[in-house]
Amino acid sequence: MPIANNPSEMPVKIDAEKCIADKGCTVCIDVCPLDVLRINPANGKAHMRYDECWYCLPCAIDCPTKAVTVAIPYLLR
Amino acid sequence: MQMAEPDNLFETDVLVIGGGTAGPLAAYKAKTANPALNVLLLEKANVKRSGAIAIGMDGLNNAVVPGFATPEQYVREITIANDGIVDQKPILAYAERSFDMIRELDDWGVKFLKDENGDYDVKKVHHLGAYVLPMPNGANVKKILYRRLRQAQTLISNRFMATRLLRGADGRIAGAIAVNSRTAEILVIRAKAVILAMGAAGRLGLPASGYLWGGYENPTNCGDGYAMAYHAGAELSNLECYQINPLIKDYNGPACAYVGGPFGAYTANSEGARFIECDYWSGQMMMEFYRELHGGKGPVFLKFNHLASETVAEIENILHHVERPSRGLFHAGRGADYRRDMVEMHISEIGFCAGHSASGVFVDEHARTTVEGLYAAGDMASVPHNYMLGAFVNGAIAGEDAARFAASAPLAEYDAGQVEAERLRVRAPLSNDDGLPPNQVEYKIRRFVNDYLQPPKVTRKYEIAQQRFAEIRADLPRMMARDPHELMRALEVYSILDCADMAAAASLFRTESRWGLYHYRMDYPEPNDADWFCHLQLFKDENSRMACRKRPIEPYIVPIDATEKDAYHRLRIPAHA
Repeated sequence: MPIANNPSEMPVKIDAEKCIADKGCTVCIDVCPLDVLRINPANGKAHMRYDECWYCLPCAIDCPTKAVTVAIPYLLR
Repeated sequence: MQMAEPDNLFETDVLVIGGGTAGPLAAYKAKTANPALNVLLLEKANVKRSGAIAIGMDGLNNAVVPGFATPEQYVREITIANDGIVDQKPILAYAERSFDMIRELDDWGVKFLKDENGDYDVKKVHHLGAYVLPMPNGANVKKILYRRLRQAQTLISNRFMATRLLRGADGRIAGAIAVNSRTAEILVIRAKAVILAMGAAGRLGLPASGYLWGGYENPTNCGDGYAMAYHAGAELSNLECYQINPLIKDYNGPACAYVGGPFGAYTANSEGARFIECDYWSGQMMMEFYRELHGGKGPVFLKFNHLASETVAEIENILHHVERPSRGLFHAGRGADYRRDMVEMHISEIGFCAGHSASGVFVDEHARTTVEGLYAAGDMASVPHNYMLGAFVNGAIAGEDAARFAASAPLAEYDAGQVEAERLRVRAPLSNDDGLPPNQVEYKIRRFVNDYLQPPKVTRKYEIAQQRFAEIRADLPRMMARDPHELMRALEVYSILDCADMAAAASLFRTESRWGLYHYRMDYPEPNDADWFCHLQLFKDENSRMACRKRPIEPYIVPIDATEKDAYHRLRIPAHA
């Protein structure tokens, strides 16, 4: 059976201007307990790949350039 | 990919699974007790930010500090709070080491609230005694633990999810099998002693929002430890004593009465009136909360708006920075202000967690399970109401005992056939080109958990749940994973379903009501001490079927006065008091 893509607003936003993942930083990717962040192959910056956010904030708190913003997922907002 | 490659086999003396709270202490204490031992700490996420205290904790909920409480008083409090169904020895073992652990953490740099004389400033939240010690800078706990682990030269392996334990022919523990969540690489770890510190089973019930990742517990804590212990033949205790917590409506954290209570905040109904005398989380408290929530005076609120603005600011400074720092963001999004608005509260999804209630893998006062060489500590081990400090202390106890055991035991031989069977199970979802996405299977299990298992418990509903779970079990081989991350989620679904089955079996077996809401059975609404003043042990029987039996309560070492016994049953404030 084919698999559907259900759209969903991603709660973690990464400011590509500030993100230094392309220079080798992986802090947000390392600290996410749910492991939902990855490097975006399109621009070398971090992005949210899996819609499984616990809105716990280590990604935002530990980011050395404050590039990460976390919103409460829309269903709970 | 069918045979274990040599580099996928790893040998260690002590294997600790889970790097959250109990795990780091277990690994650190095992290594420092005997530096000659190799100690491996395996973590599904990254030890820097993992487990229930990933972003720290706002305080100790069960500090036994001289001048405020004695170990014996603490044992009495928890015995009464847990309706008498406890083994006092492990509680006393915790309580006797509680203060030394606080001082050790203090030495490591964890900041506790102190008064003007430099003494610990303990607050009263429990019904009888005072045990709550705030941690004003509690956000840095994980960083401090991580530093200790590095100093002790403990080996850490992140992003490995353990899936099954290995046992030797003599019944002793032999190690574990794990899979990497980024590469799907399978690792076979041989160990002389294994410590399970894998947290609560927090992805059992579905939050009322329906959002899979909005549960109270860190969602990595999905019950893998409970499932692994069960499949390895270890016994589990009192799983029917669910964890259910009072949380902010639509948010996954408490508001929190443990923090706000000492400042004068309290749980109120829609009229702003108190209805319970004590905000400590017990089954009896949750029963009163549930009754008020569903009664004419519901919903339930946490009330801060009678406090001075500066007091509220002090509370916010804790609540919005530690444990659940997105709490402030949540309130801001709805324009809510503690100074003006009462905070609407709700009831959490159900789960297993001895750290808050009593549902755990059975352990004795040395943190030993019923399998030789296998230990458990923290939220998943059966020491009731253990919280974070209990995880630290029992992690330490487990680490030290495991170090002693590993020093004299040789590695047990494992069964290559078991490894091969597990390899096939673990990798199967990657081979399915189409099939069921794990998130859908998980949603369905957890929705049925809410529909049928959430208290009040009804026998017929539980039997229907068992049928539904059996049908879903037949679906599991059809789960598909498009990458190693989805594979991890698929394997977690196995643990979630195992826990759902265990919750149903244990609850049906105990034909009485106990622990307030946690085990409120409508067709057996009263406690029945004559038949049920005992533990319930759940285990896999010789035919590989789920079975339950009664286990007598060990004679108390701290006697309970007949007049104190029911103290937690008198929490409700009479309507016309």
